[in-house]
Amino acid sequence: MDALMHQVFSGLASGCIYGSIALALVMIYQATHHINFAQGELATFSTFIAWALLQRGWPYWAAFIVTVAGSFVGGLAIQRLIVRPVERAPVLTNVIVFIGLLVIFNSLSGWLFDYTIKAFPSPFAQDSALATRFFSAHEVGSVLVMLCVLLVLWAFFRFTPIGLAMRAAAQNPESARLVGIRVSWMLAMGWGLASAIGAVAGMMIAPAVFLDPNMMTGILIYGFAAALLGGIDNPAGAVAGGFIVGVLENLLGAYVIGTELKLTAALLLIVATLTLWPNGLFGRNVVTRV
Amino acid sequence: MTARQRRIAWLLGALLLAAAVVLPFMVKNYRVFQFNLVLVYAIAILGLNILTGFNGQISLGHGAFFAIGGYAAAVMMDRFGVPYWATLPVAGVLCFGLGFLMGFPALRLGGHYLALATYALALAVPQLLKWKLIEPWTGGVQGIVLSKPEPPFTFRLLGQPLNADRWLFLFTCAVAVLMFVLAHNLLRGRIGRALVAIRDHPIAATAMGINLPIVKSTTFGVSAAYTGVAGALGAISVAFVAPDSFSVLLSISLLVGLVVGGLASIPGAIFGALFVQFVPNVANDLSKSAPWAIYGVLLIGLMYLMPTGAMGLLRMTWARWRPAAALDPKPDPALTTRRHST
Amino acid sequence: MPSLLEARALTASYGATQVLHGVDFAIEPGRITALLGANGAGKTTTLRAICQMVRTGGALSFAGRPLTGLATEDIVRLGIAHVPETRGTFTALSVEENLRLGAYLRRDKAGVAQDIERAFTRFPRLRERRAQQAGTLSGGEQQMLAISRALMLRPKLLLLDEPSFGLAPLIVREIFEFMRRVNVDEGVSMLLVEQNATHALELADTVVLLETGRVVVAGRADDIRGDKALRRAYLGY
Repeated sequence: MDALMHQVFSGLASGCIYGSIALALVMIYQATHHINFAQGELATFSTFIAWALLQRGWPYWAAFIVTVAGSFVGGLAIQRLIVRPVERAPVLTNVIVFIGLLVIFNSLSGWLFDYTIKAFPSPFAQDSALATRFFSAHEVGSVLVMLCVLLVLWAFFRFTPIGLAMRAAAQNPESARLVGIRVSWMLAMGWGLASAIGAVAGMMIAPAVFLDPNMMTGILIYGFAAALLGGIDNPAGAVAGGFIVGVLENLLGAYVIGTELKLTAALLLIVATLTLWPNGLFGRNVVTRV
Repeated sequence: MTARQRRIAWLLGALLLAAAVVLPFMVKNYRVFQFNLVLVYAIAILGLNILTGFNGQISLGHGAFFAIGGYAAAVMMDRFGVPYWATLPVAGVLCFGLGFLMGFPALRLGGHYLALATYALALAVPQLLKWKLIEPWTGGVQGIVLSKPEPPFTFRLLGQPLNADRWLFLFTCAVAVLMFVLAHNLLRGRIGRALVAIRDHPIAATAMGINLPIVKSTTFGVSAAYTGVAGALGAISVAFVAPDSFSVLLSISLLVGLVVGGLASIPGAIFGALFVQFVPNVANDLSKSAPWAIYGVLLIGLMYLMPTGAMGLLRMTWARWRPAAALDPKPDPALTTRRHST
Repeated sequence: MPSLLEARALTASYGATQVLHGVDFAIEPGRITALLGANGAGKTTTLRAICQMVRTGGALSFAGRPLTGLATEDIVRLGIAHVPETRGTFTALSVEENLRLGAYLRRDKAGVAQDIERAFTRFPRLRERRAQQAGTLSGGEQQMLAISRALMLRPKLLLLDEPSFGLAPLIVREIFEFMRRVNVDEGVSMLLVEQNATHALELADTVVLLETGRVVVAGRADDIRGDKALRRAYLGY
């Protein structure tokens, strides 16, 4: 029973991270109707930057903050410079550009930081007061950090004028322009936020799975499965979906299929969700007028 | 195309074919092997083109079908002693079935979401191929080593003997010609127009009586079959399959080859295949440490500068040189640029 | 008195289709101008041209500043508010959030709060539904919301595209009365596009009549109201 509880809680901890990635995907999709394929590789690259800073002796939280801020700026820059020019191009062109970014950042990570697996420190000491019978200190800590991030995001979108403007720009860009919102900058900020979330997610998961250039490749798929489960247009659903995917991953891995076929399981989950619950568990039924 | 143009095209085709037959005897074995792979990729890219170029369903997972076709051929040859040429139809049928099955959940997805789902497929298959449970057949991480088939007869041309590599090239060439002609006939007729109609105006297509789910799933199946046959040919030519040869980078390469060659263009597949086979080597020469970064930059640059691919560029150049001749009374519906996304 | 908005030889196209073929008109400050015409005459296109939401040619200036080539969001910054045909409601956001968005460009928090209060006082129905999703409002309520949102900008010029469309006569009267009050009390100039010529003629000071992308008649509303032949020829009554 203890083992089961541990798997569940561990799943919730990693689920928090999958939910964040799912949230980042949904945010960019809602605003731009594009999926950022490079989300995972950007997050990995950010985590490497943090690692490099830590190697140089920076204190953890200083490196954390600089990495998150830098990722925000980087994401914003990528949107303005590389993504925006092909915004109106056909979907396939956009997909290829994102794949190009994916490949570039994956390769850069490998080139600048090489392919050996690295340990990434956790800011939450193993024996700290946070550790309990079911959670490790890091699991509790990372859940707290991610929940913090989600809370800040929610408050940002709900209560600040810019947050409101970003929501408006995502839902109805034409009307947003008519009240004076610079829609293209809002999109760029959306990318910045998504990249920052990715950086935090990367830094939270690296201590558990170790850092290498391909760290987030599979996690992107979990994030996608979570977003689908939650209903593609539903940010809260994405987070909930993340928890479900995290727990399922651990339970299936421990008791059913072993750890070898995780990606196949994720694929089957995606296919099952699409077949059985096409609008996700929490999504709305979308009817298109002909 | 006018009758005269068509005759010229056939003549050119025949000349190219003759050149293809002579080519392997003019170059070294390794080059023959590389050109063989170009043909293999061309068939795979043609398969992807049927689905993505003509039918508008973006797939980032065709490497999976390439892998399944390759492994099917390898397992049949190695464990069951099936002759190499017989593995092709089996690989094709197997991949058709899997592609058709994949087509149903794909119906609910469009554009980016389908791309991401097929990306998941591309990531899952290599992991699946390493599964301990099926290791007795698949050889696990080590894969399966095959022996190159010997030519059934021998002769000399230009002083060179017909060896295994050259025989394989001619064999692949024959299969490629067959598959290209088949695709050409399929896509120029009613079926092709139905595919394009679904790509550009799905709701209108349904209203006109086209059974969207069946057609889209069948297209997925046919597309997968083509790529599966290519995979089988690849396994035979390389004489080796292993899970890590079929990583997600393969799927990405196929899509890149498709776009470089030109969407909805059958001959474009050859350009795409040439790009996929030779450019990564160039990238490797440019930067030993981060070749894929160069590849990625090239990709993005291509999207900015040449989004219609090599065939699009050729068409534009042709239109500028011979504007009167380029004015087709019956414009190709497959090539109309779409403004809206799926 | 210099014109507030001036268009000279204005053309507009959607892709390859040209809709406006050289339109000339001027809007005087403090006045209500009605832009009338049949379906397809180019009335909506004219409003969109002013906001640079379509490709235009010719000369277009606002308070002496040229508008051609500016981004829509910058034209809004000059003081032009546009209520489009579709009302442009942010349907997933609340009524109050819609109003706040109208004031996006303003820095005076107190003034904004005051204006929101005023909108709720004018339209009690909006106050009742302030926390509700704007998409659940009725047609009339959405129109009230749309106009209120536009006025949150404290614009110099208000563009309205068919405010009476699909609304019950009682509501139309209420809205038009509201627009008259706003024009008289706050001096907001208005350019009003309407298919319903009767209401528009009652409200407007000047009239511009469009037919297939060209101005056929322009003048004082009083004159046109009185000219039976003109009315019958172009306005159908």
